[in-house]
Amino acid sequence: MSTYRQGRSLGDRLLLVAVVALAVIWIAPIVWVVGLSFKPNDVLMRTTGGILFPPFTTKNYADILAASQVFAWMLNSTIVAVGQTVLTLIIASLAGYGFARTNFPGRSALFVVVLAALAVPEQAIIVPLHTMFAAVDLHNTFVALIAPRLAFPFGVLLMTQYFRAIPPEIEEAALLDRASRLKVFWRIVLPLSIPAQATLGTYTFLHAWNEYFWPLVSATKPAMYTLTVGLASMQTNFAQTEGIGFLMAQAVFAGLPVLILYLFFQRHIVSAVAGGPVK
Amino acid sequence: MAEPAQAGIGQPSLANALFVAPYMVLVTGLLFAPLALGIWLAFQDYDMLGGWAGGVGLENFQNLWDDRIFRGTVRNTIKFVLMTTPAFVILGLFLALALNNSLRRSAILRTIFFGSSVLSVTIVTLIWRLIYLPDRGLLADILALVSLPGVDMVNSQIWALPAIAIVTVWWIIGLPMTLFLAGLQQIPAELYEAAALDNASRWRTLISITLPSIRRTIVVVAVIEVILQFQLFGQALLITGGGPDNTTRPMVQFIYEAGFRDLQLGFAAAASQVLFVLMLIAALGQFWAGRRRA
Repeated sequence: MSTYRQGRSLGDRLLLVAVVALAVIWIAPIVWVVGLSFKPNDVLMRTTGGILFPPFTTKNYADILAASQVFAWMLNSTIVAVGQTVLTLIIASLAGYGFARTNFPGRSALFVVVLAALAVPEQAIIVPLHTMFAAVDLHNTFVALIAPRLAFPFGVLLMTQYFRAIPPEIEEAALLDRASRLKVFWRIVLPLSIPAQATLGTYTFLHAWNEYFWPLVSATKPAMYTLTVGLASMQTNFAQTEGIGFLMAQAVFAGLPVLILYLFFQRHIVSAVAGGPVK
Repeated sequence: MAEPAQAGIGQPSLANALFVAPYMVLVTGLLFAPLALGIWLAFQDYDMLGGWAGGVGLENFQNLWDDRIFRGTVRNTIKFVLMTTPAFVILGLFLALALNNSLRRSAILRTIFFGSSVLSVTIVTLIWRLIYLPDRGLLADILALVSLPGVDMVNSQIWALPAIAIVTVWWIIGLPMTLFLAGLQQIPAELYEAAALDNASRWRTLISITLPSIRRTIVVVAVIEVILQFQLFGQALLITGGGPDNTTRPMVQFIYEAGFRDLQLGFAAAASQVLFVLMLIAALGQFWAGRRRA
């Protein structure tokens, strides 16, 4: 919806100039870093100016392919993100349907519990959570990397809200025909919720891919690092590093999948954070 | 979000509880159980090397209170929240107002401003540490262009925390912008039509229609940002490591170091509870203030 008349007043133009200037500031760091990733490391030791001029090299990217652990970390991140996304979709859809559309004793009380979980930040539980996983010797496993996030209530609340908005008449008819509850959920309600699944799925994937604190304390063996933790582990001695171009190539390489995902699924990501579609 | 009570469809049956059972097991085992364990730990003398040495009452909290570094992290965190929250609200609202239309160019600009928030904290800090390099960073290059001396922001006691704040605003301005856009789009078009009939100016429309209509969104965004920025961790750890001279060490980094480097679980759990309570107070306080004005 356009809420302003699109005039061509001086004010409009100044506003446009300001916003475009900000956009340049926003995008300049990324352009600069992509440029640096194509520069030889020995040149970058002296200066990072003149990224528009030769010499250029693709050696930094070739080095990633050759020696770096980035591929292994990327695979770990993929397993964690896909696992967390699939499990979140299943668990949150079931729970969301249960809360939105079925009746059972204690339903309202349990829903209040879920709402209360919203107030608990990761930082408040990370120390005891780590102790619990250590007690059962599960650190440095995918179970430890995937499971804790499944307990956070965002997905359940999102799905509950979505299922409530679906007109109940379709389900009521099916239930009169003595269809089982699970069948109604599976055959009728779930297919109607594809847009919400896409939103929750994209959001969960991104969140899992970018998560830092829990993988940092749980995956302590380099072979189990996720991409986020692995890249962080290479940032020490940054100012003295002889491989700025190499570091930047890894940053670009690690950022590319999410940026591509973002360009394709932007609508879903935006509606996940806004709690509804934004035009 | 969703309202707690609204009747479902069909006969009540205990079997229906099976739908919510998997999640309830997870939230109990992996969220409320550690929360309870953490609260218990906060009152225990427990470190990973020495083992459990019994309850100590409020001693962990007393030690926190006496710990100069911890008090510093509380100050740093609150300073950081006070720096970033207004920036997120004002800049987010400005971008939303400027880009709330169906022009193609606005869609592209929205994509740009939101785009940086999909990157991980590691990539963001990698980029910005390079920008902040005092001798050959992008910032130094730009300052040199206008003949200004470069500042080693990351190693300056004055500039290090603002430097982290700038990175954070660059990183996730997309969230407040999006929340404001959603708020703006819920304003009924009739209100603007009435204003247009009255020949109200743009400025007047903004002050007397737009801003009052999204007052609730402004409070919500401020509360969300306060809660989010209290959790400052990765940016500080990776850009400054908490330095120089502890001027940028946030509370979460203190928890991380106490719990996972020094392995003092009871002490770290106590610090977590302090953070949790501070976040709740800040959120409730702002919510209450917003309600009263509304």
